[in-house]
Amino acid sequence: MDDLYRDYILDHYKRPRNFGSLEPHDLEGLEHNPLCGDELGVHIRVKDERIEDLRFHGFGCAISQASASIASEELKGMSLREVAELGADWMIDLLGIPVSATRRKCALLNLKVVRGAVSGDDAWPS
Amino acid sequence: MPPVAESSLGVKADFPIFSRRFDGRELIYLDSAATSQKPAVVIEALAEHLRGHNANVHRGVYALAREADAAYDEARRRVASFTNATGGETIFTKNVTEAINLVAYSWGRAHVGKGDAVLITQMEHHANIVPWQVLCRERGAQLRYLEVDERGELSLEALDQELARGDVRLVAFTHVSNVLGTINPVAEISARARAAGAVSLIDGAQAVPHMPVDVDAIGADFYAWTGHKALGPTGVGVLHGRREILEGMEPFLTGGDMIASVDFYSATWNALPAKFEAGTPMVAEAVALGAAVDYLSGLGMERVRAHERELTAYMLERLAQVPGLRSVGPLDADSRGGLVSFTVEGIHPHDVAELVDRGGVCIRAGHHCAQPLMRCLGVGATARASVGVYSEASDIDALIDALLAGREVFGL
Ligand SMILES: Cc1ncc(COP(=O)(O)O)c(C=O)c1O
Repeated sequence: MDDLYRDYILDHYKRPRNFGSLEPHDLEGLEHNPLCGDELGVHIRVKDERIEDLRFHGFGCAISQASASIASEELKGMSLREVAELGADWMIDLLGIPVSATRRKCALLNLKVVRGAVSGDDAWPS
Repeated sequence: MPPVAESSLGVKADFPIFSRRFDGRELIYLDSAATSQKPAVVIEALAEHLRGHNANVHRGVYALAREADAAYDEARRRVASFTNATGGETIFTKNVTEAINLVAYSWGRAHVGKGDAVLITQMEHHANIVPWQVLCRERGAQLRYLEVDERGELSLEALDQELARGDVRLVAFTHVSNVLGTINPVAEISARARAAGAVSLIDGAQAVPHMPVDVDAIGADFYAWTGHKALGPTGVGVLHGRREILEGMEPFLTGGDMIASVDFYSATWNALPAKFEAGTPMVAEAVALGAAVDYLSGLGMERVRAHERELTAYMLERLAQVPGLRSVGPLDADSRGGLVSFTVEGIHPHDVAELVDRGGVCIRAGHHCAQPLMRCLGVGATARASVGVYSEASDIDALIDALLAGREVFGL
């Protein structure tokens, strides 16, 4: 079996969860991966200071799409404060595959866009 | 084109890097459009200069300094004659990006103003887009683009229409596209620009390393290229320019070496080419680039082109056998340089590059610093395989095998 392209990664890539648009939504964000010009956006609906629902949209590689899909399932229900404090390790651990330095931004793009939408902090997660 | 094409020049052994192993595997390098590998003679020339002939140039009177001076001058002479650019001036820059910026700043700021236009093409590298964007924004001029048609080519009729508007001061275009591979009719474009009273600049980064280039015959006002793609080291680029135009230009960077004399509040400029080479230049790198062009001349650029044309034809044919693969750019190898950009249905270009790396094959994926072109092609990114003098048909075979294996990983 491939180290990086595990079955569940490819499954999330081919059938991403929580993709599309969410209308109406309370928060939104859009980011580009400078490496390749790939694009990832998010719509977030908020209730009681928590993410009630969210949808990603855009295009990207298997790593960025699978990361967004996997993260989306965890992000639902999280408080905005928690989301704002999520770091790179959270995402990398969740992904469960060895991510090389060059692919790190692919894996972290979704967290960058979500944190940007939630807190206005659009720095790369560290 | 010479009658006998060769699919291998048999020179891999001249390039020490190919003796490396990666997890026991040979290096299959198909990323020469990003940067070339270096033959031992170039590495040796760089080391030998530093080892035995190093001194600063233009200032010393002692024997060693005279040697360094002579080596630097000789490198310039070799580089100029390699592309037959002896009719004009040859300036060393950091890379082609700096060469284009030199023209945009020094020539552009003096000659482009409100109501003027700069004409570039949709197939430019960011290095030949952004300097003109900045110039036009600063000077209130208009930046216009020649379109790339569905075959990946430029239209001379469209060029004529643009030039007929009478406001084009400069036409900047690539000799060979780093994404489409298209070889542009550079002499034609330069002649038409000249006839319309516009200055011309050619980005030759993807041409000079791969085919015979005769700068004087092409007739552009500026022709720029970059050493590291032409078997030379990083840190050295080349700007060939028409002498009358360079004479009339103000310096780009200022400081040491580029002055004739300096007063407390003013200075006068050195003669060409020193006027455009402020500070201590990249002497060792220029010397090594001289060795690189000698090596290429030794192979013969007609042979290099025939070899790469052959490989490109083979690559196009083999790639077409990969299910779901779509290549961009002209369909026949005669109209294109040694690179092919492509997409594979169901696999993002980054994943394509990552997957073929498992077979030890190095290719590039991304926007290739040509985001406007990517937009025209309607793709976010492509994968790109590119060849050089050392490439062989077996490298292409390895790429195809790796692509087919990659499709399997993705369950395709
Ligand atoms: C067509 C073209 N122009 C310009 C460049 C920029 O070259 P450099 O980074 O050496 O300035 C490249 C290569 O990256 C290129 O392919």
